[in-house]
Amino acid sequence: CNTTKRKENVKSHHMTPSNILQEKTVPLNGNSISQIYSGDSSSTTTGSASPVPNSYESLEGGGYSGTSLQSPPAGVPAKQAPPFGYNYPTMHPAYQQSPAPKPDPSPSHGGYNPPGYQPYSQVLTLLSSALGGLSGVSELEAETLRPMNLLQERNILPPKRAPPPEPNLSNDLRKVNCSPDTFRCTLTNIPQTQALLNKARLPLGLLLHPFRDLTQLPVITSNTIVRCRSCRTYINPFVSFLDQRRWKCNLCYRVNDVPDEFMYNPVTRSYGEPHKRPEVQNSTVEFIASSDYMLRPPQPAVYLFLLDVSHNAVESGYLNVFCQSLLDNLEKLPGDTRTHIGFVTFDSTVHFYNLQEGLSQPQMLVVSDIDDVFIPTHDSLLVNLKESKELVKDLLNALPGMFTHTRETQSALGPALQVAYKLMSPTGGRVSVFQTQLPTLGAGLLQSREDPNLRSSTKNVQHLGPATDFYKKLALDCSGQQIGVDLFLLSSQYSDLATLACVSKYSAGGVFYYPSFHHIHNTAQRQKFQKDLQRYLTRKIGFEAVMRIRCTKGLSIHTFHGNFFVRSTDLLSLANVNPDSGFAVQMSIEESLADTSLACFQAALLYTSSKGKRRIRVHTLCLPVVSQLSEVFAGADIQAISCLLANMAIDRSISSSLSDARDALVNAVVDCLTAYRANGSNIQPSGLIAPAALRLFPLYVLALLKQKALRTGTSTRLDERVFSMCELKSQPLQQIMHMVHPDLYRIDNMTELAALHLNDSVIPQPPLLQLTAEKLTREGAFLMDCGSVMYLWVGKCCNEMFICDVLGFPNYASLPSNMTEIPELQTTYSERTRAFISWLLESRTFHPAFHVVKDDASTKTSFFQHLVEDRTESAFSYYEFLLHVQQQMSK
Amino acid sequence: MSLTTVKGILISTLIFPRLRDNIIAFDELKTDYKNPIDQCNTLNPTVDRVKKIKRVRLALKLVLPEYLIHVFFCVMFLCAAEWLTLGLNMPLLSYHIWRYMSRPVMSGPGLYDPTTIMNADILAYCQKEGWCKLAFYLLSFFYYLYGMIYVLVSS
Repeated sequence: CNTTKRKENVKSHHMTPSNILQEKTVPLNGNSISQIYSGDSSSTTTGSASPVPNSYESLEGGGYSGTSLQSPPAGVPAKQAPPFGYNYPTMHPAYQQSPAPKPDPSPSHGGYNPPGYQPYSQVLTLLSSALGGLSGVSELEAETLRPMNLLQERNILPPKRAPPPEPNLSNDLRKVNCSPDTFRCTLTNIPQTQALLNKARLPLGLLLHPFRDLTQLPVITSNTIVRCRSCRTYINPFVSFLDQRRWKCNLCYRVNDVPDEFMYNPVTRSYGEPHKRPEVQNSTVEFIASSDYMLRPPQPAVYLFLLDVSHNAVESGYLNVFCQSLLDNLEKLPGDTRTHIGFVTFDSTVHFYNLQEGLSQPQMLVVSDIDDVFIPTHDSLLVNLKESKELVKDLLNALPGMFTHTRETQSALGPALQVAYKLMSPTGGRVSVFQTQLPTLGAGLLQSREDPNLRSSTKNVQHLGPATDFYKKLALDCSGQQIGVDLFLLSSQYSDLATLACVSKYSAGGVFYYPSFHHIHNTAQRQKFQKDLQRYLTRKIGFEAVMRIRCTKGLSIHTFHGNFFVRSTDLLSLANVNPDSGFAVQMSIEESLADTSLACFQAALLYTSSKGKRRIRVHTLCLPVVSQLSEVFAGADIQAISCLLANMAIDRSISSSLSDARDALVNAVVDCLTAYRANGSNIQPSGLIAPAALRLFPLYVLALLKQKALRTGTSTRLDERVFSMCELKSQPLQQIMHMVHPDLYRIDNMTELAALHLNDSVIPQPPLLQLTAEKLTREGAFLMDCGSVMYLWVGKCCNEMFICDVLGFPNYASLPSNMTEIPELQTTYSERTRAFISWLLESRTFHPAFHVVKDDASTKTSFFQHLVEDRTESAFSYYEFLLHVQQQMSK
Repeated sequence: MSLTTVKGILISTLIFPRLRDNIIAFDELKTDYKNPIDQCNTLNPTVDRVKKIKRVRLALKLVLPEYLIHVFFCVMFLCAAEWLTLGLNMPLLSYHIWRYMSRPVMSGPGLYDPTTIMNADILAYCQKEGWCKLAFYLLSFFYYLYGMIYVLVSS
């Protein structure tokens, strides 16, 4: 039913102002999309194209193994999965109903308004109406290039999350291009030369989410995987067939032969149509790899849990939550009959658990020599989950009670990690570390480096880098043995995340942080931990993976961002790969691209599935090459640019200093707008002029400057800052954008007007509000969606009906200050609100923490810090920031 | 004078192959698909490596010996009261000291961090550094040669 929902979503996609223009100039566009959709919806009846679920079992059947022509399994969809509709329901629904962006008719004039700022709001109305009249002649580019005076136009935020810009490609190519959720480029028009790129002053880079959960994915089983003979590119929709027997690589332009096997199309069961094969029809495909792609037999799924059981850990009570969660999800752990599992606990000593099949109960082995830690027995610490399931369950039931009276306050994390490495190195796999304090014993012990008095200093923030390279070296060793380490830090004290995170950063793991976790006193954190664990334990996982990113000759990869180890200029080594991690890549143009009109990027991820199959997931993105500066600006994807800049800023703050990084961010805006001004001479010189495509650039940069990772002057704990940095570096783009610029909606007066109707439910569509206190009124209730956390702010004079019907309390005064969920009430109001929230969460993999914030509660600061357009004691308001940028530009 | 310059020549000839290897190593990293962990292990000495006599040739490739040799003949110039030559070498010496002080956090000796070396900026910097130093050593080699011949002829 998810797919049907998405279909509806996408159909209503074309009615934004910019898309109206687009439809007029490219008349086929609207048609073609609906064609895909009608093709897709009819797929169940044709039988050749049924939606393929994301699990492997159903995919890996079939195949004519007896014949030389092996065909993909019957479940392979013949037709392209909707290229635009893969998975972004957050942005397009109900464009039909939403009017063109027009200024809010009655903005409440708060004290935050700079004088002389509001009256200009009519200008936009005039402008947009004028443009409406022009739309017959203007092109998409004219819209994205429309100069805007940012100082005058107040309402620059679109009423919905804006979809990424569409590359200016022919319809055929656009139809098969990679989904922007998976693969996105900061410039959808690639500049021809480095000189042109330098002129635009915009970063060129890619944002990838390669292992994303996909609802439809063509899987190809084939004896020979067709690749370019010189650059090893996988055949993709953007290659050109010179004739029946030869194809030209789109990355290196070498002419290759089409192998015999490729002439047969298993989908249509016809011969001689190589261009109709699924590889050439889809830009995202998955191959089942042969033994050529293995260095050793595919490893089984191996999970090791490394649990802190010191006094601090027991006190926080995370063990109960963890054990319960693992018990609940034991069956759902991805894997097959070979799946192995093991547990190691540690305080000042390291404890192992013998779970050998046949034992009556788990046996605990204690190694107290942490200076030279060894493995007590070799064969029974990592056991087959199937065979020893009862013992594992016994252990999980007993574990929370085993250490309740411990007095041990020390933590020997380093030795425990070393032993985990030894235990796992024959196979590789995943190590999940749960740590609640600073490691204080043995190798890798750390000292507290944070000075609480400097938390809010406006000067430089120290200690953003690691204190020791122990964890980094260990991570590199782990990476070499295909071990990924995920770190869960649940501490209330400073735990030097900057150093500890290295263990995950270079072994392609993930970092989870729950500040001041307590299973009773902090319900919001407990719920988040539970839900995160649920997702973490059951999500897909790929082992012993490598990812290679290839690009058209002339382009080269400059720097990578994310959690991995870079093995060579274009190869990332990922011990584990999970569907929730994103990567960013900076590119440079080494040779002129003048002799080509298209630039292509291909990311190939080779991994071992949890079922022990070697698979290759290939994504290919194609973008036009342009020679004009204005076209480069027109194609700028501001969300991708902001994310890439955030990554670069974090690198800079670690290698140089935080203030350098902040300056660099401001300079990025200043340089870019200066470049635009220098380019377009026809516009009036006054004001701060930006092309429409970049109108949100200053806002996003300001929001970045106010992020926990990069802010100064506001009290920020070092661990939280470092965690925010880790998130910015390793999350996929959508998640980062929610973090950087949260969505604010007013939800107390949602009507069915303009609502989205999906199946039986009605989902109201309140417009996005600007992140400023000026938009908040005491009479309303506002929902802020920050990605990993959601706030529902209830004003003092909020409609009692809303409080009663949605929150289940008679009036504002009776609302508790620590509500963490919306009760399921049987009122229309409540159903509507819950439908809206669950619609927002639909595409989210991790469930956000939820807080109901009362206007007078102490928690309201955490809500108000996200209002990035407002002035704080130490940071500019949006308007001041614009003035600052303008001032810098005139220098 | 002559003694030190001869030494300088000898030492310079010792330094060249090592530095050339250094540059080649970075070039290998850039073009060839050599694993940065191995490469950094070659470039950064580890204590047990240096101890092994068989590995002396390998150890010669390392960063630290370059620095030590350079320091050594700076000291020799100091002893010989060759102020001009010493002055010419001072910038490089102070650069070496600064470079070693600002190296990434590392428990062993060494300069290069395998996790950041593939960063195009850093790789390009290391390569450029290698070429510049090669040029410097080459020029100083000829200068020492000139100094030696001058002394021989004039005496």
